[in-house]
Amino acid sequence: MKSFDPRVNRIEPIETATELQLGESWQPFEVFHQKKRGDHHIHVGSVRAANAAQALLFAKEQYGRRQHCVNMWVVRSADIASFTYEDADIFETAIDKEYREAYGFKVRDKINAYKKKNTTI
Amino acid sequence: MNLGLTNFILKTADDSFIVGHRNSEWTGFGPFMEEDIAFASMAQDKIGHAWELYKLIPAPNDQQNYAEWLAFQRPVSDFKVAHLAALPNEGYDFSLIRHFLFDHAEYLRYEMLLSSSFEPLSHLAKKIKGELKFHTMHAETFLFQLANGSVESKARMQAALNYTLPFALGLFETYEGEQEIINAGVFEGEEALKKKWIQRITALINEAGLTLPDLNTIEPVFGGRNGYPSEHLAPLLAEMREVIALDPNAEW
Repeated sequence: MKSFDPRVNRIEPIETATELQLGESWQPFEVFHQKKRGDHHIHVGSVRAANAAQALLFAKEQYGRRQHCVNMWVVRSADIASFTYEDADIFETAIDKEYREAYGFKVRDKINAYKKKNTTI
Repeated sequence: MNLGLTNFILKTADDSFIVGHRNSEWTGFGPFMEEDIAFASMAQDKIGHAWELYKLIPAPNDQQNYAEWLAFQRPVSDFKVAHLAALPNEGYDFSLIRHFLFDHAEYLRYEMLLSSSFEPLSHLAKKIKGELKFHTMHAETFLFQLANGSVESKARMQAALNYTLPFALGLFETYEGEQEIINAGVFEGEEALKKKWIQRITALINEAGLTLPDLNTIEPVFGGRNGYPSEHLAPLLAEMREVIALDPNAEW
């Protein structure tokens, strides 16, 4: 987007960057940060950069500055494979399979009962 | 505090302060948004380093807000800043090269200060080494990227390097009292730092595919440490001090 400030003259990002080769132009990278060692890396946003090394620099400044983290990943947005929302029906199940869902385990009730019994106020 | 130590802290602070301000001039004008944010953030780090150093200098007669005074009211002629720091940003090529040459010197300086006999300096070095490491990573990534980009980007980085080197060598100018702090184990000295710096930047510049001119044939731009500041310093400080000059006793 062109700036309203006539002194500002920025490089125009190329929107179809995913069709370009690495290094040819700016491309989007997805940023994942890790709050502490052993935790999962969590997606926090994206940056545009010429290559992965540069994307890491920008990720650190843009997403590592406001909240503490110990590590970061960047991955080219174009390298991420995904389903489309049109196919979201594949996640629906025909018959009740609640027993397969982690939160459906009966043991949860026992854990809660144990916690309740052992918590002193 | 003896003269050598005062001078050492002041000049190190002045360099960070002025480079930090120069780099911050790119805020809002960077080549693209992500880099704009990164460069501005690093400029802010530099001002922070200067602030920490100014605070180490004892205030005469218990003067209030002495660190602020050093930054915003001290006479221009008392600055100890290298000419490199005050040079205007002629283009992003120049600013990146200054960033590369200056930050490697800074990184190595603070690495040496980790074992300083003056505890506040070794403490500070420990505190900011991560920030400086990131600054050198940023500088290197851009150097490699642009030295291996297009014909134009390589030529511009090479030209900026050739232009900036005499000023960068001026960083290692000696100053009054330097021998005292070397003897006291505060810092190994500018010559020792210069040797490490040359070794480091030579390797990186060669690896990036640029050509390092023979440093023995370059005359360093000296004067900044000894009362002959860059012609660009006074106008820069005047601009930085515009607000406080309106009312030097204002409280904020």
